Amino acid sequence: MKTHWQILVVDDEEVMAESLAAWLREDGYAVDTANSGRDAVEKAAQRDYAIYFVDLKMPGGMDGIETMMQVRRLHAEASIIIITAYATVDTAITAMKEGAQEYIVKPCNPEEISLLVSRIIKVKNLQRENSILRKKLSRQYHFGDVISKSARMQDILKLAQEVSSLRSTVLIQGESGTGKELIARAIHNSGDRAAKPFVAVSCAALAETLLESELFGHEKGAFTGANQQRQGKFEMAEGGTIFLDEIGDISPKLQVDLLRVLQERRFYRVGGSEEVKVDVRVIAATHVNLQQAVAEGKFRDDLYYRLNVIEIRIPPLRERREDIPLLAQHFLERISHELGKEVGGISDSGLKVLLDHNWPGNVRELENAIERAMVTCRGPELTEDDFAFVAQNGQAGKAGWAPPAGITIEEMEKLLIAATLQRTSGNIKESAAVLGIDRSTLYEKIKRYEIPR
Amino acid sequence: MKYFYVGATPEVDRQALTAIAERARAEFGAPVREIELPELDFAFDAARGQYGSIPMLEMLVRLCPGDAFKVLGLTERDLFIPVLTFVFGHAQLGGRAAVVSLARLRQEFYGLEPNREVFLERAQKEMLHECGHLFGLVHCGDGSCAMSLATGVRQIDFKRAAFCARCAARIERKPKG
Repeated sequence: MKTHWQILVVDDEEVMAESLAAWLREDGYAVDTANSGRDAVEKAAQRDYAIYFVDLKMPGGMDGIETMMQVRRLHAEASIIIITAYATVDTAITAMKEGAQEYIVKPCNPEEISLLVSRIIKVKNLQRENSILRKKLSRQYHFGDVISKSARMQDILKLAQEVSSLRSTVLIQGESGTGKELIARAIHNSGDRAAKPFVAVSCAALAETLLESELFGHEKGAFTGANQQRQGKFEMAEGGTIFLDEIGDISPKLQVDLLRVLQERRFYRVGGSEEVKVDVRVIAATHVNLQQAVAEGKFRDDLYYRLNVIEIRIPPLRERREDIPLLAQHFLERISHELGKEVGGISDSGLKVLLDHNWPGNVRELENAIERAMVTCRGPELTEDDFAFVAQNGQAGKAGWAPPAGITIEEMEKLLIAATLQRTSGNIKESAAVLGIDRSTLYEKIKRYEIPR
Repeated sequence: MKYFYVGATPEVDRQALTAIAERARAEFGAPVREIELPELDFAFDAARGQYGSIPMLEMLVRLCPGDAFKVLGLTERDLFIPVLTFVFGHAQLGGRAAVVSLARLRQEFYGLEPNREVFLERAQKEMLHECGHLFGLVHCGDGSCAMSLATGVRQIDFKRAAFCARCAARIERKPKG
């Protein structure tokens, strides 16, 4: 989309600047004009333009070369094209020496400008893609890097892969630390939008007004401190994906605004009157039970259904304990490399502590535990002693839990089976495995207790 | 009732004006009226030997009747904007007035035998292109669409005298009110 790239035309002759600006606008670019070098530098300080057309000869003590040098100090990557009606070899050499990308003589052939701009934009698009790819490589967000051998997680990864190239909204639900953002990034990076931005926003981290401006951007003067126009995260994610983390925490007003964006793919910047259209895929995540929040009237049902087109529920780590040794080994290897500290592995006693722990903070807590143990350990491998803090936390957690008062064993069993079925989305085989009973026994108990599935 | 006005400077041949007005009526579904335009002498730039498209646009805006939905001016004069060597046409993006220069659409401009059919087809394509800008369309990446950028007659000849489906869908053809 060309409007993504902004161009500044700098010329003291208004007709010259405006006519070039109008011509470029017809080509789909967003173009501003400046009538002096000083004006151009002020505008460049407020906005990062992709291309600057700068007239060489301008009055007021700041010619095109000086303007170019000052703009470069603000934006080293800016592409600057010097234009002049008085071409000489000397001025051309000076302009190029000082960093002009091109030097053109006006009046110029329409084809020349058109080719020049499209060539620069092509390079800029490639640079942007390159930077995204480099980030992707360094962060390694691939499905393969979501480490799990759990059958439920494998099903989730399969679903994520299948929906990666769709535009449909995805709702990822799971406790804190289960890796919701990792799954979101994996979906983005495996789909058609991989070359475009992935923009993550934590909705819980900001106050309502700040979040509104963060998401939709704001116009200059929209509120105190809004000294310049600013793009919101939706605009930044153009063509790509926006990841709205902790969506369950947004205010009723923002729920309405978000619903509108999801329905119409357009919105207004804060304080703005011009609609902004976007092509953005939305992936939302929450640790809150949104269905319950809807039932309690805390979350709009229409927004819930819009978000919940594709639903992914990530199980907590305590429900996929088979992943603990695998993840622990992965973190050990990574952190060992980062700390530059050789630790051979985890002893059986150390692993038993990890397997016995409930991990309320999920994978993130496990990662932190491995890091803490690695920092303090003195032996060749991580042992039970290195994980003493985990065992203590676990005891505290166990001590804090108590069954409801006055409950019978049968009632407790019914509650346990119902909760397990809910967690496995009604999967009998998996529920039976978690409960440690065979499938026929489970069916029998479901029937006896009249548990809905 | 709002009208789509089409006018021409005196040197423009009547048949070309009628053909273009007819095409505009068919394409945009608005009733078309003709408007008389004066000579462009006031827009002549002696140093360049061409006529400014900006003064011509300003004239159209001045002459634009109150019941005009859009107004399109045709001229045989070779038009330019200050920064470019020439323009085939010029429009107010999303505005009311647009101009088309027929000068460079003729085969004889390039030293070739006149060809009326080719000329009229090019004129219709340029009319559609500049009117597209009036309706807020920017250049289209589809080289066969009337909204694709043409910096030479070869590109004009390559495109069709029609909008691609995507551009056509974005045009609000009927005037409001």
